Amino acid sequence: MRSAALDEPAAVPVEAEDGRTALGGAALRLLSVAIVLGLWEVAGRGGVNPALPAFSETALAALAMLADGSLPAAFLVTLEPLVLGLAISTLLGVGLGIAMGLWRPAEWLGVPVLVILQAAPLAALVPLLTFAYGIGLTSKTLVVCIMALPVIVLNAYRAIRHTPQSLVEMGRVFLASPRIIVLRIVLPAASPVIFAGLRLGVAAGFIGAILAELLITPTGIGDLVTYHQSVADYPRMYAAIAAIVLASALTIGLLERVEIRLFRPERAGR
Amino acid sequence: MSAPSTATATRPTAPSTRPIVEVRGVSKVYGKVRALHAIDLEFEPGRLTSLLGPSGCGKTTLLKIIAGLIPPSEGEVRIQGRPVTGPGPERAFVFQDFALLPWATVLKNVAFGLELRGVPRAEREERARHWIAEVGLAGFEQSYPHQLSGGMRQRVGLARALAVDAQVLLMDEPFSAVDEQTRRKFQEDLLGLVAREKKTFLFVTHSIEEAVYLSDRIVLLSPRPGRVAGIVEPKIRRDGDPERIRRDPVYLDTVETIWRGLKGYVE
Repeated sequence: MRSAALDEPAAVPVEAEDGRTALGGAALRLLSVAIVLGLWEVAGRGGVNPALPAFSETALAALAMLADGSLPAAFLVTLEPLVLGLAISTLLGVGLGIAMGLWRPAEWLGVPVLVILQAAPLAALVPLLTFAYGIGLTSKTLVVCIMALPVIVLNAYRAIRHTPQSLVEMGRVFLASPRIIVLRIVLPAASPVIFAGLRLGVAAGFIGAILAELLITPTGIGDLVTYHQSVADYPRMYAAIAAIVLASALTIGLLERVEIRLFRPERAGR
Repeated sequence: MSAPSTATATRPTAPSTRPIVEVRGVSKVYGKVRALHAIDLEFEPGRLTSLLGPSGCGKTTLLKIIAGLIPPSEGEVRIQGRPVTGPGPERAFVFQDFALLPWATVLKNVAFGLELRGVPRAEREERARHWIAEVGLAGFEQSYPHQLSGGMRQRVGLARALAVDAQVLLMDEPFSAVDEQTRRKFQEDLLGLVAREKKTFLFVTHSIEEAVYLSDRIVLLSPRPGRVAGIVEPKIRRDGDPERIRRDPVYLDTVETIWRGLKGYVE
């Protein structure tokens, strides 16, 4: 009855299957978000803790803060050190990681410093940074960099190091120059892990930006969180926290799309 | 060790011209390990020669030295009389693990070698399509490697090597990562290809059956250090039904002779 299907080229059913799982995956993701928000609503209404507002209260507070302009204004302030820090960390981090992966002296110089930087408790460094660079943009940008840079560099470095040897040999056998091997084989092969590092780096950068605002001087989102906590307006405090979490998640999702678009077309729709 | 000398014709293509690949006194030392010791070999154009031996005999190392991927510690390799200093356009390689670019389609993978040689897009895609059809993958040009089976992936690797039109094809255990049924079909197809293409094939394998089935000539390598233990030229008729070869008494005798010769090296 269905034996004819066996002779069909394998690529066709594979694509159909991919389409179906992508749809199912999206539904599951929505369901998971719905469950978390539902639990939040129940916990907030059940009075687990007077400082925990229900999701609906938080959402209303967020809408109110959007309407009165306080949330967008705070975002603009927080985004400044965040975007600056992430841009520096991405360019410097990926560049450094690639250099360390390709060139031994850079590896020897870089790895110990970065491992220490990654292990360092950031909160202990903040007073030093404040002392050296004041309470302005420089210190906050540096906190973002300290959080984001090591993980970006180390991932890029490991990604380059783990290029499959046979792919490099393939390039050489088919007469690729060293430059072409790096551009056409090593970098695309490393891109999934480099981008995994970037996603972790962006998440860490968001944490750094908020930490900086809580530890150095309250500005932007950090200011909203601190202020509303001090006046016990918990829905607004949670709205500010939820907004930054959402922004972080959306940025990371966007990064994934950019990666697939630029380097890994074969993963589109998977 | 001498060849079973039943008087039957080999493949019609075997002009005894000057060798296309010459290996002269090649040794390879890794630290204290001698992987290859004083290898002297010649390969004539248009024939398929297998390098056969147990693991540790340095057969892949020898193939990669001929490819120009690894420099020899002593001795030299000459291709068409010119010493090898690195990879060259007259050689192509088929990898054991296929070595396909996972982010590129079948078409782009097959055209990759041509692209690196600066062949314009329209021309290289036309040639790639030709070889994709030739290895039996027509219709899969826009598929990605992860959508193909292991056997199909190696067909892509083979098409890529054929597309650059190198005279010498170096194949490093190309069928060891595909299942037995696929491997048999692949071996039959390769026989057809060798007969049609008149290229020189150097084929590394650890399978005695595979070597005898495919080869005009088998170089037996012994391990630690790798050296030439013997050369066998199976006199098997390959112009008829490829299925018949596996029942040919010469085939079976040759497999037996080689096994008896290599047995001593297997621990």
